[in-house]
Amino acid sequence: MTIHTPLNEDNARPAGAGANDAASNDHVASYKADLSINFAGIRSPNPFWLASAPPTDKAYNVVRAFEAGWGGVVWKTLGEDPAAVNVSSRYSAHYGPNGEVSGFNNIELITDRSLEINLREITQVKKDWPDRALIVSLMVPCEEEAWKTILPQVEATGCDGIELNFGCPHGMPERGMGAAVGQVPEYVEKVTRWCKTYSSLPVIVKLTPNITDVRLPAQAALRGGADAVSLINTINSITHLDLDRMVAHPVVGGRSTHGGYCGSAVKPIALNMVSEIARTPETANLPISGIGGISNWEDAAEFIALGAGSVQVCTAAMLHGFRIVEEMKDGLGRWMDSKGYQKIDDFTRAAIPNTTDWKHLDMNYQVIARIDQDKCIGCGRCYIACEDTSHQAIMHLAKDNGTARYEVKDADCVGCNLCEITCPVDNCITMEEQDTGKPYMNWMEDPRNPHRAA
Amino acid sequence: MTTSSSPSHWTPAGFEEEALSARFTDLHPALGKRQAIIESARCLYCYDAPCIKACPTSIDIPTFIRRIHDDNLEGAASEILDANILGGSCARVCPTEILCEQSCVRNQGDECQPVLIGLLQRHALDNAKFESHPFTRAAHTGRRVAVVGAGPAGLSCAHRLARFGHDVVIFEAEEKAGGLNEYGIARYKLTDDFAAREVEFLLEIGGIEIRHGQRLGDNLAIAELTREFDSVFLGLGLGTSHSLGLTGEDAPGLMAATDYIKVLRQSSELNVLAVPKHAVVIGAGNTAIDIAVQVKRLGAESVDLVYRRGEAQMSATPHEQDIARANGVMIHTWARPLAIDSNTDGQLSAMQFARTRVEDGRLIDSGETFSLACDGVFTAIGQGFDDASLSDVHAAGMARSGAKIEVDTMLRTSLPGVYAGGDCIARGQDLTVQAVAHGKLAAEAIHHDLMLKVEAA
Ligand SMILES: Cc1cc2nc3c(=O)[nH]c(=O)nc-3n(C[C@H](O)[C@H](O)[C@H](O)COP(=O)(O)OP(=O)(O)OC[C@H]3O[C@@H](n4cnc5c(N)ncnc54)[C@H](O)[C@@H]3O)c2cc1C
Ligand SMILES: Cc1cc2nc3c(=O)[nH]c(=O)nc-3n(C[C@H](O)[C@H](O)[C@H](O)COP(=O)(O)O)c2cc1C
Ligand code: SF4
Ligand code: SF4
Ligand code: SF4
Repeated sequence: MTIHTPLNEDNARPAGAGANDAASNDHVASYKADLSINFAGIRSPNPFWLASAPPTDKAYNVVRAFEAGWGGVVWKTLGEDPAAVNVSSRYSAHYGPNGEVSGFNNIELITDRSLEINLREITQVKKDWPDRALIVSLMVPCEEEAWKTILPQVEATGCDGIELNFGCPHGMPERGMGAAVGQVPEYVEKVTRWCKTYSSLPVIVKLTPNITDVRLPAQAALRGGADAVSLINTINSITHLDLDRMVAHPVVGGRSTHGGYCGSAVKPIALNMVSEIARTPETANLPISGIGGISNWEDAAEFIALGAGSVQVCTAAMLHGFRIVEEMKDGLGRWMDSKGYQKIDDFTRAAIPNTTDWKHLDMNYQVIARIDQDKCIGCGRCYIACEDTSHQAIMHLAKDNGTARYEVKDADCVGCNLCEITCPVDNCITMEEQDTGKPYMNWMEDPRNPHRAA
Repeated sequence: MTTSSSPSHWTPAGFEEEALSARFTDLHPALGKRQAIIESARCLYCYDAPCIKACPTSIDIPTFIRRIHDDNLEGAASEILDANILGGSCARVCPTEILCEQSCVRNQGDECQPVLIGLLQRHALDNAKFESHPFTRAAHTGRRVAVVGAGPAGLSCAHRLARFGHDVVIFEAEEKAGGLNEYGIARYKLTDDFAAREVEFLLEIGGIEIRHGQRLGDNLAIAELTREFDSVFLGLGLGTSHSLGLTGEDAPGLMAATDYIKVLRQSSELNVLAVPKHAVVIGAGNTAIDIAVQVKRLGAESVDLVYRRGEAQMSATPHEQDIARANGVMIHTWARPLAIDSNTDGQLSAMQFARTRVEDGRLIDSGETFSLACDGVFTAIGQGFDDASLSDVHAAGMARSGAKIEVDTMLRTSLPGVYAGGDCIARGQDLTVQAVAHGKLAAEAIHHDLMLKVEAA
């Protein structure tokens, strides 16, 4: 296969240049913020990396991605030869009301190309694109010998780091690899240590979300010497069925199996897991590469504010192509300018101090729903939601012209946000903070708490 | 072929049949599946939805739209038809811009545009696949009801009565059932044989017999019907067209718009239809718009629509006026017909108008006049109730409200056991959907009254 050389000069920057992506765009009024990062010693002109998956399967894709402006890639997971073999019909999706994809499911395995070809391509791409981050994802059996063999070969490519794929939820666990390893903290620790022993590269441990407490494998990775963790890998899933054939999608010859779920639907789960690791004192300084449903700059900013030092994207690129990164960079840069953030670090972990346990929340804080009658279009959604399922705090009143008017009964509103969420009009229902005149008091201090320490 | 109603000086405009029929396909094309999914997602599934209140037949709009979105088209269609058995034609002919869609909450604030309720309704009904008629009849009551007129009012009444378990005989003057759906609605609103297919579907319920060639006031009398049937429903529509009251109105080339539309709708080949080259339409309602647009599409070189008042007073909705303009119809306001000019062959040659204005709340001539050369004039200044229908002794005693039949809130006329609805009564707007609503309401009243009698007996 021929390796495509970069098409435009802007992208064909020599090593060292392009430390800041904004600078390369000086012919267009753009953002001033510096998007470059140094993640666990890995430099990248911007925090947007392609996650290990089909977009990073081979040189052809990765070169196109770099041309499009991605800061780095995690190469599609390599394994021992013979390479894995995939089935036909591999993806399915969970759709939103307009037919847009909200969640994406796959039953693919790790790379289905030989180790030799992959390593050759990685070497060439890294040589051609020295300023971009190139991380190699690995999954080999949980035996020291296997790691000892593959690590030097990977290091010889000149890549910037390795990512350990402990999170593949399908196909691989049955072979003693992937999620199965990721679910046992001792294995995570052991494999990480082998990697640190047989390689000098930064080691990123990719965590599976198919586990009760994601902090445990993160701590194990840290004990094993990991330089960073990345999360989340995909979540075990069945998206939907063909009810005529009584089989789940994707269908493989009349049968199906669970797959791995990703895309914007998993973002809330991933965000929580990232924040859990970031706010646990033991792992607070462990760099995190945030992954899961990142589709635009805002998603990325949220991951970074909850502790991520870089972000990885798979589904958004698979749905829209590599050009989506331009929108992500532009949006993030402009937003940073508007907030006065000059570099990514300026807001990394910024939301962590405000992310806490329920028991630390202020029991005296009170909001009440307020309906802006000028904006209200009279759909009645807030009313029926509160009436049927919340606190019967909205009144349904008849207007002179026969249409309805909706008003909040302040005394009954508990400030649950349900009406605000169901209202279709932007800023029509707002939750207004009430001055209760009472000081901060958490549950541990609350006299209503039967277990309160006296 | 020149039809009986077209004068000898009109000829077909000389277009290929294919080109002409393309001009009479759906004015608003049906939604595709993808469009329907996107459009149905726009519906907010309102509580106490204002659109339902604005539908004369009270179709549960949020429910049927939700079902379309849930890919349950049969469920959606059943919900529509349960409220409005002629939901298919209503979806095509209703002026939604002054009914359901006008009150859709999505008109408010920054919402831009109402949900396209009419097109969604059509989507459900066009695409639902029923294995059998979606309604069944209640146990046979042994009661028989006569319905006069197989228009929307009569058909709706008959279907509802059949569902209640009564037997129905419809007496219809014309050869085909459907009323104005068959003979009057613009050809690009109800295309091909949709009206006939809808009647066929409606009759699948069973228990409804239609007798054609039966005209009340001619070969049929109310007394006969009240004697032979337990109840009678009159859905007679408006059988006559108002005339201009000018001398020479019988000039060949001047006719009621509805007469020409009837010929147009029944014509299987449009390229043989004779059309005037320069047509003048008098009137300002939807019938005026319909005739103007259809004659233009048939190939008339010019069509001038003249109304004695201003645009704001026109009963055609702004949407309909826009359609006319988009079709090249010239709309003239503030002018009233003065005289009809004929040439030496006695054929229509021009129409003279007096300019008008309002003074002290009254419409008066301004003194200015003008003339429009034309070889065809279509009058569309309103339909009137045809008194001939109620000419027999018994019927003549029926209370009237103006020319129309007077009814109470349950659509009972002053004659015991006789009900009426649709265009022929004074209540409501003259719209298809209103006629359907009346038919349904009258059937409920009839059923209620008949069952009371059963209990009393
Ligand atoms: C040109 C035109 C265009 C229109 N366009 C629209 C439109 O786009 N949208 C809309 O909502 N409405 C429209 N209307 C109005 C709509 O067609 C009527 O409101 C509706 O058809 C009324 O239904 P109906 O059953 O009361 O009367 P009709 O539809 O008039 O039906 C009456 C039936 O009774 C029969 N009949 C009459 N007298 C006798 C008798 N003595 N004995 C036996 N049978 C008799 C007639 O033959 C007919 O079949 C239009 C009307 C016209 C004239
Ligand atoms: C088709 C497909 C194949 C994937 N293959 C791998 C893989 O080989 N190794 C790996 O670590 N993650 C793999 N992933 C997971 C992604 O790297 C990523 O963690 C996940 O998709 C969540 O990110 P997203 O929501 O942006 O897609 C795969 C995902 C998809 C959709
Ligand atoms: S915030 Fe909750 S309780 Fe208050 S009005 Fe809204 S839905 Fe009801
Ligand atoms: S949900 Fe919003 S728009 Fe709808 S009635 Fe309530 S306040 Fe008004
Ligand atoms: S008013 Fe509009 S949005 Fe609300 S239920 Fe009706 S069609 Fe749907």
